[in-house]
Amino acid sequence: MTMLTDRQQLSYIAAQAADARVNLELETEGMTLNIGPQHPATHGTLRIIARLDGEQVVWAEPSCGYMHRGYEKLTEVRTFPQVTALVNRIDWLGSFANEVPFILAAEKLMGIEAPARAQHIRTILFELSRIANVSLFLGDLGVQLGAITPVFMAFRDREYVLNLIEGATGGRFHPNFDRIGGLKDDLPAGWIDETRNVMKKLRRFCDEIEDLLFGNEIFQSRTRGIGVIPRDVAMQYGLSGANLRASGVDWDLRRDQSLPMAWNKADWKVWTHNDGDSFARCWVRLQEVRESTKIVDQLIETIPAGPVMTKVPRIIKVPEGEAWVATENPLGEMGYYVVSKGDLGPFRVKIRSASFNNMSITPWLLKGVYVPDIITILASLYFILGDIDR
Amino acid sequence: MSMVSVLAVDLPYWAQSLLRVLGGLVAVLLPAGTIVYVFLFKMMSFMQSRLGPMEAGPYGSMQLFAEVGKWLQKEDIYPERADKFIFKLAPLIVLASTFLLVAVVPFGPDAWFTNFEAGIFYALAVSSVSVLGILIAGWASANKYSLLGGLRAAGQLIAYELPMVLAVIGVVIQAGSMNLQDIVLAQNAGSIFGWDGLGNPYVLTQFVGFIIFMIAVQAELTQAPFDMPIAESELVSGYMTEYSGFRFLIFFIGEFATAGVFAMIASILFLGGWGVPFAWFGWTDMDSVDNWMNIVGPLILFTKMMLVVFVVMWVRFSYPRFREDQLQRFAWKVLIPISLVNIMVTAILKVAF
Repeated sequence: MTMLTDRQQLSYIAAQAADARVNLELETEGMTLNIGPQHPATHGTLRIIARLDGEQVVWAEPSCGYMHRGYEKLTEVRTFPQVTALVNRIDWLGSFANEVPFILAAEKLMGIEAPARAQHIRTILFELSRIANVSLFLGDLGVQLGAITPVFMAFRDREYVLNLIEGATGGRFHPNFDRIGGLKDDLPAGWIDETRNVMKKLRRFCDEIEDLLFGNEIFQSRTRGIGVIPRDVAMQYGLSGANLRASGVDWDLRRDQSLPMAWNKADWKVWTHNDGDSFARCWVRLQEVRESTKIVDQLIETIPAGPVMTKVPRIIKVPEGEAWVATENPLGEMGYYVVSKGDLGPFRVKIRSASFNNMSITPWLLKGVYVPDIITILASLYFILGDIDR
Repeated sequence: MSMVSVLAVDLPYWAQSLLRVLGGLVAVLLPAGTIVYVFLFKMMSFMQSRLGPMEAGPYGSMQLFAEVGKWLQKEDIYPERADKFIFKLAPLIVLASTFLLVAVVPFGPDAWFTNFEAGIFYALAVSSVSVLGILIAGWASANKYSLLGGLRAAGQLIAYELPMVLAVIGVVIQAGSMNLQDIVLAQNAGSIFGWDGLGNPYVLTQFVGFIIFMIAVQAELTQAPFDMPIAESELVSGYMTEYSGFRFLIFFIGEFATAGVFAMIASILFLGGWGVPFAWFGWTDMDSVDNWMNIVGPLILFTKMMLVVFVVMWVRFSYPRFREDQLQRFAWKVLIPISLVNIMVTAILKVAF
């Protein structure tokens, strides 16, 4: 007989207890449903172990790690500039946003700061990757709920944003563009005009999605009042990003901390919602895309002149020390705790990715819901598998 | 008098039966293929800003044949713990209910397979046979997703059977007959306050019934927003999860063939079926209808069917799905009371006029 790990044993005991409770009340037999690791709703390899009574979930637990790639360990055998190529793959829909906090942490340790022009362009690309990420979420939301048309609109309009990112950085999904001390290159000619057009298209896309999906009675009846996370619970579980703001917590790292980035140079708003249900989470994200397009629109008009790179040595050695930098990524708060011993590469990197913490609430949240609502709730929590299993 | 006896005078019984079987195959498979190509491949693609199949044949029109060829070549897989006999039987039951259903559909004044008095009663009865197939498909697959899908399908199809029957009762009261030919005749030979330019299609007088019938059809066909039994994003494919190759093909054809046949029945009940308003050609009753209607009638019915299926598919491609308990509540608390009121009002007006 194989040895069970502690966690497996705990899961087993919890499943038995859930069964016993079901049997006591209704004389029925519970059923364990493994949603995943390969399942259309988990877009990746997440596994939800759910104990069902009929269609009702008695107990559920996410099982992560099917796609663990060991990035924290891999960073230890790479030099600082090489790490960005790795962390690109954490949240693969908004890759550029993953590079920024790591580079900022390294810059903090070296005591340098990117030039103003680079800060501006970083912020623009950061927001573009947020738009690319969340607009796909808005389309995918329809698929999870059975509406198959919005996702194609999302793919169509995300394509414009990806083209912009490709135009500026050369990479559609994994730009690997951020450098310690600035950016690899300046923006190409004509890019700013193109961006202006694309932002208009994206705002129209948001209106379309709001009409087609958010205004739909069936969509509302499937999401309103489903998966409610109260304010204090959301804070206890360490949620971040739109999931936290949908529970009424006014918290956005772009506004609430000062980083060498350009967010404070634009006029925008942090949206919150007081309901804390699935609908609120989706709605906050929709507003976020709109705000991001506004940020981009304002920043492309005010890009200062100058170089995009400060003077850094050819071989970067980061001085000894520890630094923590977190930013408000598309999925929530993402941070890097970088420990350097003065070598070419980091001694240790701890990655705080948003989805891992956001997923931790599922056992609490899925208790007592129906099977179809598992999918709605998971979709509205919005995780990316690479962001859970780094 | 049936179609065969009109077209060929003295055929032996076996030849007549053969012709009927072939006619049935055409009447089921032709609409199914057309619906799949026109709506599932092309209309859906255009709605989703893409082109759909373009390579196989002109504008991808041969795509379905390519798909069928692909399915036929696939390995016939069944799960190890499946109940093999009924696992294999289930898709056949689903398809058989479609064939039983098409047997009462009239295509022209003399073009029908069978023509008996309780036609619509029979149609509604055999349409529920497919529930059996779906339920045992869900059970026999030895798969939890299939089981959930099968049980959801059973609950849903039984719940929506009722509003469908109740919606049809309004038509039956108005036509005064359960015979589908008589219902077609009553609509086309009828008149609206003495004006017979349009006949009297029941979609005008039984508008509420038509809406309820179409919603119930949508649910019976398990198309979105009532596709909870299939629910790709949560139950993988519901009761069809474990089926592959030829058996999946049968389910697939069954789904769209049933859509076609239900749309034919809807157009017979509410849109005048194979007929045109009789006043246009000076016909008065069934015997005075010209013989060429046996050729044109099926085409007219086909056109009306495509219109009805268009609506079904349009809704399917744009709406998200209901939750299981929500659609049950919708059937029992909304549709059934409305259809009961509809029956009462129809009966009162029938007596009054």
